[in-house]
Amino acid sequence: MPSHPVPPPSAPAATLGTGNQPSPDWAAIRRPHPRPVTALVEGLMLVVSLTAIAGLLLIFVFVGREALPVLTGSHGHTLPAVAAEGGGTHPDAGVDPLAWRHLLLPRAWEGYPAPSYVWQPVSPIPKYNLVPLVAGSLKVTLVALALAVPFALASAIYVSRFAPPLLRTWIKPAIEWIASVPSVVIGVIAAGALASALQAAFGYTHRLNAFVAGIALGLATIPLVFSLAEEAISHVPEDYTRGAVALGASPWQTTLGIVLPAARPGITAAVMLGFGRCLGETLIVFLASGNAAVLSAGPFDPTRTLTATIAAELGETVVGGPHYQMLFVLGSLLLLLTLLTNGAAQQVLRRLRRTQETSP
Amino acid sequence: MTGTALFLRRSCRSGCRPPGAGVVSTALATAAILIMAVLLLGYIVWMGASQLTPRFLLGGRPEDMFQPGRAGILPMVLGTAARVMVMTLFVMPVGVVTAVYLAEYARPSSLLTRFIRAAVFNLAGVPSIVFGLFGVGFFISFLGNGLDHLTGSETPHFGRPALLWASLTLAVMTLPVVIVATEESLRALAPGTREASFALGATRLQTVMRVVLPNALPGILTAAILAVSRAAGEVAPILFTGAAYYLQETPGSLTDQFMDLAYHVFILATQSPDVERTTPILFGSVLVLLLLTSGLHLAAGLLRSRIRLRPAGGIP
Repeated sequence: MPSHPVPPPSAPAATLGTGNQPSPDWAAIRRPHPRPVTALVEGLMLVVSLTAIAGLLLIFVFVGREALPVLTGSHGHTLPAVAAEGGGTHPDAGVDPLAWRHLLLPRAWEGYPAPSYVWQPVSPIPKYNLVPLVAGSLKVTLVALALAVPFALASAIYVSRFAPPLLRTWIKPAIEWIASVPSVVIGVIAAGALASALQAAFGYTHRLNAFVAGIALGLATIPLVFSLAEEAISHVPEDYTRGAVALGASPWQTTLGIVLPAARPGITAAVMLGFGRCLGETLIVFLASGNAAVLSAGPFDPTRTLTATIAAELGETVVGGPHYQMLFVLGSLLLLLTLLTNGAAQQVLRRLRRTQETSP
Repeated sequence: MTGTALFLRRSCRSGCRPPGAGVVSTALATAAILIMAVLLLGYIVWMGASQLTPRFLLGGRPEDMFQPGRAGILPMVLGTAARVMVMTLFVMPVGVVTAVYLAEYARPSSLLTRFIRAAVFNLAGVPSIVFGLFGVGFFISFLGNGLDHLTGSETPHFGRPALLWASLTLAVMTLPVVIVATEESLRALAPGTREASFALGATRLQTVMRVVLPNALPGILTAAILAVSRAAGEVAPILFTGAAYYLQETPGSLTDQFMDLAYHVFILATQSPDVERTTPILFGSVLVLLLLTSGLHLAAGLLRSRIRLRPAGGIP
């Protein structure tokens, strides 16, 4: 940065380099008066480096921009006049389906006996209740994490603590390979062979449902949780193990009682990032979940998620119309949820790094 | 790490009881994951292998896409190749420069550096379908329509799904992959590499251009392969930004739409006119897509392990 003509007082030896390499902080050493060309090149580099920030901001702005009219109630869409059967005015005429209370609260729409949460964007009176979709996303995510977390953690423990080195060099790449399988491929297998096998095993009615999608999504999420948890466990200082073993603890007791608690922040972050990944996954749930936007708690019921709704419906909407804007509302919601999860995971990791640096 | 494991096993050998239920259950869980992976791969190979004929791989007219025996995936593979190449052209310069800035120039503690790192981390967590929405909202609606407005064209020329917009969307999506992998390779250079260059009187820029980047070239290549491997299998970001269900013509310009292998798999799985008959085509396409992404993944892994194994002392 050319704006610092003098080298900062805390030059080389005082500020040690990043991480554990004890090399001086070369970035801090500056020529007192940089040559114009150098200053120009460095300035350009800095500008290019801001692309990541710009990208993230643009995503916020341009996904949010289409959603904003709905959120502020200034969308200005009017419903086409709907005549009730047999004349007269339709009981739901004049209702603004994009109003907040209809997005979040149940309503006894015409033809529904009781107040219900309905997502039904293509109908004379479109209904855009978010609750079934959010609940669907959470349901599939919970099934996925219920599979992924125990398996990924157990495997991370085995690979980092007990596996012979030779085996470890094969297991890690094999599990990481799963992460490279495109989600559309996993989705196709889930909707085909996996769905049939699970239906035969459990005997439920609907072939495609939240359970099938969750299992497939869980498999896809295992590598992420595994890698992060394995890294967290491996980074626990070896002194902890030596100390525990010296006190007579067995390897398993050491792992369970000493190493895992020490790695807990990293494991927590791994699970949180897994949650975010599940919430944002599209193709697997689109292909395997059955896509019925119905609010239900049953894992074996067809379910529709936020992501699958966008993927299924955006192509059929009128640009700038209420349905189009609602899908951007779903996108904004997804963006917000995943970024909050990520931010929280980042906080946990930062705290972990701080304690690991200060620990003996 | 390795030391711990050896240490634990030694203590067990001298102790010794057979491994307890805890250890056995973690080993079983690992085995279960590996079995699932093998089943996945085995099933796809089993179902798709018979399709891998030269005609299927290297031929095929778009209008035969649902015709067993006549279908071929060449138009789709070409489309996928085009979109990842255009993406690479955009993402690599930006990603490498950012990584160089972060590794060689930025002060680790400065607010700006932390902002850039936070943006990279968060960009990596944005769901792929949101990138699709972003591509529609920013590239097509804003940039595309804006360009149409500027050029005064009546019919939308830029303001519609296109190869360019899909590639740019993917470039934004894979930017974190490139930055993280490149920076890792820059930091992995042998200690003393930079100092040696500085000691010879080279400026920082000369050091970066003549020492750091040439030595990190395998790492940068790894980053590119990882980005391509990730992007090649993605469907959600290109659903609405450029992929086409069916096209008579091969795309000839950046503003054309394109057929795409991953999107073709999606189409075969959801919109096949006759699921029974097109199943072989589906699994053939799935197998090719899987071989493509897994091959790239493997190449990146091998390249990366070669970098790690390289003896210290980096400067050739």
